Amino acid sequence: MSGSVVDNTVSPGNSSVAIPTDISGQILDLDEDDDLEVFSKDTTPTDGSSFNASMQTSPASMINQYKFEEDAEDTKDIFVTVDNPESHVTAIETYITYRVVTKTTRSEFDSSEFEVRRRYQDFLWLKGRLEEAHPTLIVHPLPEKFVVKGMVERFNEDFIETRRRALHRFLNKIAEHPIFSSSEDFKIFLTAPSGELSSHKKQGPGFLSRMGETVKAVAAAVRGVRNRPLEFTEMQEYVEAFSQKISSLDKVTQRIVREQKEYLEEVKESGPAYALWSQSEEELAEPLKNVAGCVDRCCKETEEQVKNLNDHLIPVLHEYVLCTDTLKAVLRRRDNIQADFEAKTEALATKKADRDTMRDDLDKAEDRLEWANNALKSDWTRWQKVMRTDLRSAFVDTAERNVSYYEKCLAVWESFLHSQRTDAEGNGNVDFS
Amino acid sequence: MADSGSEDIAVIGNTDLTPSESENNLKNTMAEKGTSLLKMMEISVAEAEKRTGKNAVNMQETYTVYLIETRPVDAASEGTNPVPDSLWRRYSEFELLRNYLLVTYPFLVVPPLPEKRAEFVWHKLSADNMDPDFVERRRVGLENFLLRVASHPDLSSDKIFYSFLTEENGWKETVFETGFQAKADSRLKALNATFRVKNPDKRFAEMKHYGDELQSVISQLLRVRARAADRLYGVYKVHGNYGRVFSEWSAIEKEMGDGLQSAGHHMDAYAASVDDILEEEEHYADQLKEYLFYADALRAVCRKHELTQYELEMAAQDLTSKKQQREELATGMIRTFSLKGMTSKLFGQETPEQREAKLKMLETQIEEGEELVKERNAECEEFVKSAWVDIERFKEQKDHDLREALISYAIMQISMCKKGIQVWNNAKECFSKM
Repeated sequence: MSGSVVDNTVSPGNSSVAIPTDISGQILDLDEDDDLEVFSKDTTPTDGSSFNASMQTSPASMINQYKFEEDAEDTKDIFVTVDNPESHVTAIETYITYRVVTKTTRSEFDSSEFEVRRRYQDFLWLKGRLEEAHPTLIVHPLPEKFVVKGMVERFNEDFIETRRRALHRFLNKIAEHPIFSSSEDFKIFLTAPSGELSSHKKQGPGFLSRMGETVKAVAAAVRGVRNRPLEFTEMQEYVEAFSQKISSLDKVTQRIVREQKEYLEEVKESGPAYALWSQSEEELAEPLKNVAGCVDRCCKETEEQVKNLNDHLIPVLHEYVLCTDTLKAVLRRRDNIQADFEAKTEALATKKADRDTMRDDLDKAEDRLEWANNALKSDWTRWQKVMRTDLRSAFVDTAERNVSYYEKCLAVWESFLHSQRTDAEGNGNVDFS
Repeated sequence: MADSGSEDIAVIGNTDLTPSESENNLKNTMAEKGTSLLKMMEISVAEAEKRTGKNAVNMQETYTVYLIETRPVDAASEGTNPVPDSLWRRYSEFELLRNYLLVTYPFLVVPPLPEKRAEFVWHKLSADNMDPDFVERRRVGLENFLLRVASHPDLSSDKIFYSFLTEENGWKETVFETGFQAKADSRLKALNATFRVKNPDKRFAEMKHYGDELQSVISQLLRVRARAADRLYGVYKVHGNYGRVFSEWSAIEKEMGDGLQSAGHHMDAYAASVDDILEEEEHYADQLKEYLFYADALRAVCRKHELTQYELEMAAQDLTSKKQQREELATGMIRTFSLKGMTSKLFGQETPEQREAKLKMLETQIEEGEELVKERNAECEEFVKSAWVDIERFKEQKDHDLREALISYAIMQISMCKKGIQVWNNAKECFSKM
């Protein structure tokens, strides 16, 4: 193994996490991993330009970008980054690929470092596979295909950068998930060269079997579930309410951005107005020019603040809006599994023929249901923690940036006051009490 | 109270302005203790009240009256607090006073009144003259006007001004009795002079130009400010929605609930804070507006100069032409074309007696004309001298006041930033408890 991942927080003797073959044991063992917070903030390249983005590739420096909460040992053994978008032009289409870099100490990986290029479709495929394999686990949402409302062109720099960050968060959420991170599809996604990935993709369950699943799901949905356990009903109610709240927050934040932009439009004109005035004045020229400068500087800070909201808070809120769709889907799927079980129970009670096969089916359905319920319960707890952390740090971050904004503007105006005071004290004619 | 002088002698006194310390921004810029009037009395516009009454065409109308209080200066130092003398005046009486001053002292930059109607408003302020905020700001503006007049070295000793402050009844009649309205120049006359004057004093031409520029830049600034204020209001108020949503959200969360709830309160506080911020900014706008209107007063002085100069030029021109006529008549040479000359050619020459009579008349006219030119010349010179002194005084006052205004603007911005820092730090603490 060359270039092993070394940093202060990984104890040298720590071996990679064993991937259990028996998944049910893993579910029951789901613990809160404090080190999940390591990747809950998105990384932003220091120079901010998407096409030249080069991520700092050493994990140590990646860790240094985040604040740790009081976590003792860090058992993170896989680090994934998404960067370096590139445009590809073929005869048929133009598309963007992103570089995906993986560094890991896990033994099931052949090497400790991988670099592949992936396009949005590949991410979609991965998500689909994970959802199929684990219908009642919560997969973090992907950024949307394209933003209609913002009328953003697909290859606009800002759009690509926003998408890159979201894809990065997506992969990291997968990597942090105790079940998903050991998925074979995930491993292939991270490591296989493009050709291999394509052929692996083709091997998935065929169209017909996918159709079959869909038909079953529709039938189950039509049947409806009878005795939904209270906790899942409560979950559903929570998801409904949460969905409204997070949606509102998303809208409010977007509205704030809009209002700020309109404010900027207006206030941008006052600097030049003061400057123009200073040209007609003698004694007043200096303070007027000074004020013009201050107003211009504050404008720049306001622009920065708006950009921050757009780049940091809004994407996170938006992701959690998408999350609620995922949650609703997961709850539906669980309901369907239960409906299926209930139908089979009924069938066994009423029909006389084929009792053995039916009993077999019923047992399987029961297992499926129990497994689904437990999976959902644990993942629900995990999801809530992650959500709490993500939203908390997003809002804390926003508050900090706002404080910093006001501090910068404060400094601007205080320096103006200072300049007028020294002037005045020099002339001895102004009283400042 | 005894009046110090019975004649209206222009007293050009000490023009150094020493700002006094006071909470009110506007008062801060004045209180010139140098004038004899202010040494004697304190002046304030203490209150405003709504009244209804019948107007000139016998219709019911609602209007606002303002209470002017005057109090002898030593009263405070004696420790006693006698009831101040007071009377009520409405805005139109202030206007009358100012018009009187404008006509009577055309060589002075007469302080402006606060605006008649609310202009450069942003959406929150109503343009309604009855709006309590507008009335309050007008009250402050009227007090400012009175203090400005009272602190002017020349205007402060005006009798009509004094009786405005002290005599409620019959003041209007007194003003009209001065016959000032007759002395007012017609607009047409003034406009004519502006176009036709040949040799105005360069300094006045420059001042007029400056007045135009000042009006233009301040108007622009006020417009921008009003629009920006409107937008800023929106930004702050939208944050109130955070408060509402956080509060609702906290109801469905267990651990996050407290942090969210308290963060929501801070968002509400943030949204509410914009009202105070914008009210303070309104004071700043009022300070700018005062000088916007001052620009007009400045231009009025320059226009008056143009008028006096023009009248001098006209008199001189008239004199010259009369002298020329005399010469022509005396020597019989017709140098310039004149209708009289032509008709006399057509219809025959005049008799020597007629010529003699004409010459005599011309001599008289020329004598009178020379007197007139002398008079007008003296007027012009006098005007230029006194006006320029006041303009210099005005310049200093303006530089000082506007600088103070800019400083107070900076102080406002600082206060706004400090509030922002406090709110978001508090919010941050609450968020971190989520």
